[in-house]
Amino acid sequence: MDQIAVHQDSATSTDWPVAIYRTLKSFGVAQVSYVPDAGHSKLIKLSHADAGIKTTVLTTEEEGVAMAAGAWLGGDRAVLLMQSSGVGNCVNMLSLMASCRFPLLTLVTMRGEWAEFNPWQIPMGRATPQAFEIMGTTVLRLENPDDAEEVISAAASLAYDGDQQVAVLISQRMIGRKKWTKETH
Amino acid sequence: MSATGTLDRRAAVKALLADRGDLLVISGLGSSSYDVFDAGEHPGNFYLWGAMGGAAMVGLGLALAQPKRPVLVVTGDGEQLMGIGSLLTVATKQPGNLSIAVLDNGHFGETGMQPSHSGLGAKLEVIASGAGIGNVSDIADMAGIENFRAGLRDLGGGPRLARIRIAAGEVERALPPRDGTYLKNRFRGHLGFKVS
Repeated sequence: MDQIAVHQDSATSTDWPVAIYRTLKSFGVAQVSYVPDAGHSKLIKLSHADAGIKTTVLTTEEEGVAMAAGAWLGGDRAVLLMQSSGVGNCVNMLSLMASCRFPLLTLVTMRGEWAEFNPWQIPMGRATPQAFEIMGTTVLRLENPDDAEEVISAAASLAYDGDQQVAVLISQRMIGRKKWTKETH
Repeated sequence: MSATGTLDRRAAVKALLADRGDLLVISGLGSSSYDVFDAGEHPGNFYLWGAMGGAAMVGLGLALAQPKRPVLVVTGDGEQLMGIGSLLTVATKQPGNLSIAVLDNGHFGETGMQPSHSGLGAKLEVIASGAGIGNVSDIADMAGIENFRAGLRDLGGGPRLARIRIAAGEVERALPPRDGTYLKNRFRGHLGFKVS
């Protein structure tokens, strides 16, 4: 908890997960679901520590898509956190969102692109934008930590006000800057 | 108890939804949606026509958003089997207001009555119990349905899962509205949310 308080007090341009968290709070996000990812670990901690956000760990990513639909039916705004390797799991469930015009905001940390060392991550990483786009999901890119608030805010408006499905792909280069391997437990 | 059920699915769901009060209902695709529709149209019903494997998770998102309303997911064995991991996810949140009724005929009824994993021996109520859902039941008669129904509105008694053994026969289709945006807005309107 102390660590989180420190992060909130000293957000800098490299504290992009804090900027994302604050932006989600400003949009009244009440549910966060996730499949764990090192790149999202700080945001997941912040979310779990916030009594105003119901935070749920999933067994597979498409659960979070269906959960976001249920949340919206009940008046909650939801966000789904995942890694690019989970995007393919969501394809059929995205039909639910398109058919009912449910808002979906998903934040995807990228693997398989910038300086990837694991070849097994590369095919799904490369196909990630297309996997969303074939289902009608709008894809935005977050490449620079300083743009976090602006990009997440634009995506949230498009999703919650525009009734669209929106994925923000967070560059692997950004996660590298955060030295995420040290935060992996 | 034999593996194959004898309950009439329409009668079972009708009994489940009798005197529903403020109950909100999510139905899984296929026959479960037809059964819920046949039991009586209601703006607090959200019928899935796709999203196979997602019914319990739609129910969980709704239950967390509306903790003062009882939420019932009515789905089939095939639908729940496709989203079997969602039972673990539901259990992590322990939503007291969420109940899941699995209409189990041991078959994939919509696609030619191929035997399902349930029909081949899997016990959904045991899997749910192992996942961490404390309140599970295996129902084979109308008295069991009535007992389950009576507990639905206890907001602290969930999450619950009932495996309901229904007969595998074909039933005439009863088709609810298919327009998802209409169903969404109708449901949200029922809860007092304006159409954006």
